[in-house]
Amino acid sequence: MKRRDFIINGAIIGAGVSLTPRLLSAYGVPAYPWEVGEPFTPLGREPMTPELAARALDAARRAGASYADVRINRNRNQAVGTRERQITGLSDNETMGFGVRVLADGSWGFAASATLTGEEVERIAQRAVAQAKANARARPRPVELAPAVAHPSAVWRSPVEIDPFTVSIEDKVAHLLEANAAALAVSGIRFVNSSMFFLREEKYYSNSEGTTTDQVIYRASANMTPTAVASDNSDFQSVGSATDLQPRGLGYELVRDARLVENATKWAENSARKLSARSVQPGRYDLVLMPSHLWLTVHESIAHPTELDRIMGYEANYAGTSFISLDMLGNFRYGRDFMNVQGERSTPGALSTVGYDDEGVQPRDYLIVKDGVLNDLQTTREQAPWLADWYRTRGEEIRSHGNSYAQSWADVQFQRMPNINLLPHPTRDVALDELIGGVENGILIDGDGSFSIDQQRYNAQFGGQAFYEIVNGKVGGMLKDVAYQIRTPEFWQAMDLMGGPSTNGGGGAFGDGKGQPAQSNAVSHACPPTRHRDITVINTGRSG
Amino acid sequence: MANYMTREQAQRIVDRVLSFSNADQARVNINSGEEGNTRFAVNQISTAGDVVNATATVTSAFGRRTASATTNRFDDDSLRRVVETSEQLARLSPENPEYLGELGPQTYPEIDSVFASTAELTPDRRAAAVAAVTEAAAARNLLSTGFLLHGTGSTVVGTSEGLFAYNADSRMNFTTTVRTPDGTGSGWAGIGLNDFDQLDARDLGMRAIEKAERSRDPRAVEPGRWTVVMEPTAVANMVGLMVGSLNARPADEGRSFFSKPGGGNRIGERFLDERVTIWSDPGDPRLFSTPFSGGGLPNKREVWVENGTLRTLNYDRFWAQRQQREPNGFPAGYYMDGGDATTEQMIASTERGLLITRLWYIRGVDPRTILFTGLTRDGTFLIENGRITAPVKNLRWNESPIFMLNNIEMMGRPVRVSPSESSGLAAATVVPALKVRDFNFTSLSDAV
Repeated sequence: MKRRDFIINGAIIGAGVSLTPRLLSAYGVPAYPWEVGEPFTPLGREPMTPELAARALDAARRAGASYADVRINRNRNQAVGTRERQITGLSDNETMGFGVRVLADGSWGFAASATLTGEEVERIAQRAVAQAKANARARPRPVELAPAVAHPSAVWRSPVEIDPFTVSIEDKVAHLLEANAAALAVSGIRFVNSSMFFLREEKYYSNSEGTTTDQVIYRASANMTPTAVASDNSDFQSVGSATDLQPRGLGYELVRDARLVENATKWAENSARKLSARSVQPGRYDLVLMPSHLWLTVHESIAHPTELDRIMGYEANYAGTSFISLDMLGNFRYGRDFMNVQGERSTPGALSTVGYDDEGVQPRDYLIVKDGVLNDLQTTREQAPWLADWYRTRGEEIRSHGNSYAQSWADVQFQRMPNINLLPHPTRDVALDELIGGVENGILIDGDGSFSIDQQRYNAQFGGQAFYEIVNGKVGGMLKDVAYQIRTPEFWQAMDLMGGPSTNGGGGAFGDGKGQPAQSNAVSHACPPTRHRDITVINTGRSG
Repeated sequence: MANYMTREQAQRIVDRVLSFSNADQARVNINSGEEGNTRFAVNQISTAGDVVNATATVTSAFGRRTASATTNRFDDDSLRRVVETSEQLARLSPENPEYLGELGPQTYPEIDSVFASTAELTPDRRAAAVAAVTEAAAARNLLSTGFLLHGTGSTVVGTSEGLFAYNADSRMNFTTTVRTPDGTGSGWAGIGLNDFDQLDARDLGMRAIEKAERSRDPRAVEPGRWTVVMEPTAVANMVGLMVGSLNARPADEGRSFFSKPGGGNRIGERFLDERVTIWSDPGDPRLFSTPFSGGGLPNKREVWVENGTLRTLNYDRFWAQRQQREPNGFPAGYYMDGGDATTEQMIASTERGLLITRLWYIRGVDPRTILFTGLTRDGTFLIENGRITAPVKNLRWNESPIFMLNNIEMMGRPVRVSPSESSGLAAATVVPALKVRDFNFTSLSDAV
């Protein structure tokens, strides 16, 4: 084939033409924008894609693979950055390539290349098999995969309203600069940085067991950080957009709905107020944690320790292991009865949401913590059999939860967390005011900030964006230099109340790191606000 | 041989791209190369990977309107498209008042840091290096986990103004964490190198094995201010945070530790112990790194801190022009001078202190003081009366490299380390072991 066959006709759409954003579907309903407006032809519809995939699988099989899968990806992303009244960066990237993963002699092999030709896919498939055979010499126990249902021709698209690549760059830049101007109009604000980022990933997957999936995944984020500087340069403080704005698996509608200009004033005012805020007195406080803050604590202290590969020691050299062990399933109490934690990849607009994971498994929703007790763990096809005893005692089938993911074609897929949500109070729609009303001496934290946690997920320290004292059930003045330190089990057992369904919010991140070479995963964590009693707060200011 | 663009191929691609350009000025950045890795866990290889890739980023400018676009396809149609995309974006972009145009020809040191031992490393040889660790660990009933990564590639910058910069290099990194089967002990060892033949995998494995065995059943000590003997990896984990903050613009803007109260920055001020000298030099064989920045500006030898005094900060072209300074490159790798104390001497001179192997999950807490938080990990020991007497539980610290480098008691001989938490292919980092007083630990961790 000629390489030209693989060049997408949509590569520069949106770059040169200023299109008015079009509403392509109602939120939550899977949209197929190209069927309506044809902004681009997805990779899965290029005739050469299935042909190359089949050729890779065939070459792997002939070289001696007992199992093989191939991922062909095309990633388009666009980043716009500004500061104050000017642009700082504008980039548009499109890369593509493929990766072949095989099992041979009981070991994994993986090789990848950017050159999408028939000869190259064969060469790379053979290379992956040769590598697997070399690895087998230092692999006494063969890999076994849990059975999976075949999906012969599955299609899935992120439910976006507006493909961000159809919105003109002028509109994007103008929107950021308008928001910057609003922030700079606030007294004390000397600097402001703002940015937007958009990703569209086309992912075509095929394996030797008859599954083929064709997916298009979108992600979007927008950020702003105003900085207030004291007139004598003795201090500077920021409250960023994280209090209100989190990345999502959406299109340009994320920006449309973000009210950047109105919110810029609020973030800037908060930054300026933080300059004169009272520095916190270290001690023990009751904390009320807003969803825009709490999602990161959920991420670090619940989502990571329940990754099965960590628990089994596979990530000990970097991400670490876990305080959780398999014998804690069914009897470790994470929190009170009202605490439930769900893993899922099905919420429309959440960052980890997909139709099929990176080994062709349709993910399912499952409860990691049920009625306060550890109930299940995150798995791939290789890992699900490690929980065979637990599933047998409960009469459940041994099946992957669909939590396999690779950040790109050049990286091997492995277990990554799905969206992991702390579910709102199950029996009562508790209001935020009720959480605050029950606090005599406490702190409310809004927005995620500094974070650090040990390699078994026991000891963590979290900052935030905005901090407010709570005195006798009322929110009072702003504080600064606040961070709290926790030991995970005690922290969640100290949660005495959580918000109900009407208070649910959350957040997420693009850059969740794990694995070697380190790969980024994108996840969302929905959660209500929570209240935790008697937590250690330190002062992170100059006195340390 | 690893698959990366030669100088001649790169020159051809740069010429080709520039021939498609209709912009006032243009720049092409090309990265190409091949990476291979082998991971192991529970004493066996878990996954591995071999990846070939190349990307070209084109930056186009019309007056002061600029934008970039990237592709990883190198046929003429793809190159033409990436040029067009960057030009279309640039035309629609507002003017960037800080854009100074592309650079003309520059001179760079000739650096030959491609090593055949690394460039031709096969999965078989990687597996053999891994087996040297896993077999030794298994023989002592321990569990080894680790990562061997290598890459060989080239970095290229070309501009419409006649600049052409080319550099190729090989890098590798090998790290291992060995744990006791009961989960009460853990030891780490690691190194970054350019030349795979310099790797002694068995020796590296044995260091982690011995630490794991000695760290079994740690006991708790009180958090607070401790005298610490920091192995070179832990020193690099901290010093890198300060090196990463050596930036003139935020300092002059009043939002950095290096801001001077009342305005300006702290160049010329003594701010660290007078034994601290930190420099970078991409052409020094101990510090091989790319001798130019993404814009093509030469990364020259630069002394950042000399005898505790701040000598310079990083000035990009715009800020240098604004402040009437020479622009300079950012230190990709760096060298911190040391002394001649051995770690044994540091321990022997310590009445009560802690030995630290490495630091982890390091995150910024307060940029005003370069205050960071993180934890100790994989080999933390109690020193009493000049001897290591017990393994101790890990601790969270809240500390600044500025405070640490003012509290130095003894310095060792600088050595190359693996400075990145994720064991990536970081630029060469060479630092000494240090004995430091009053290191600030704020809480205990139960993590092993």
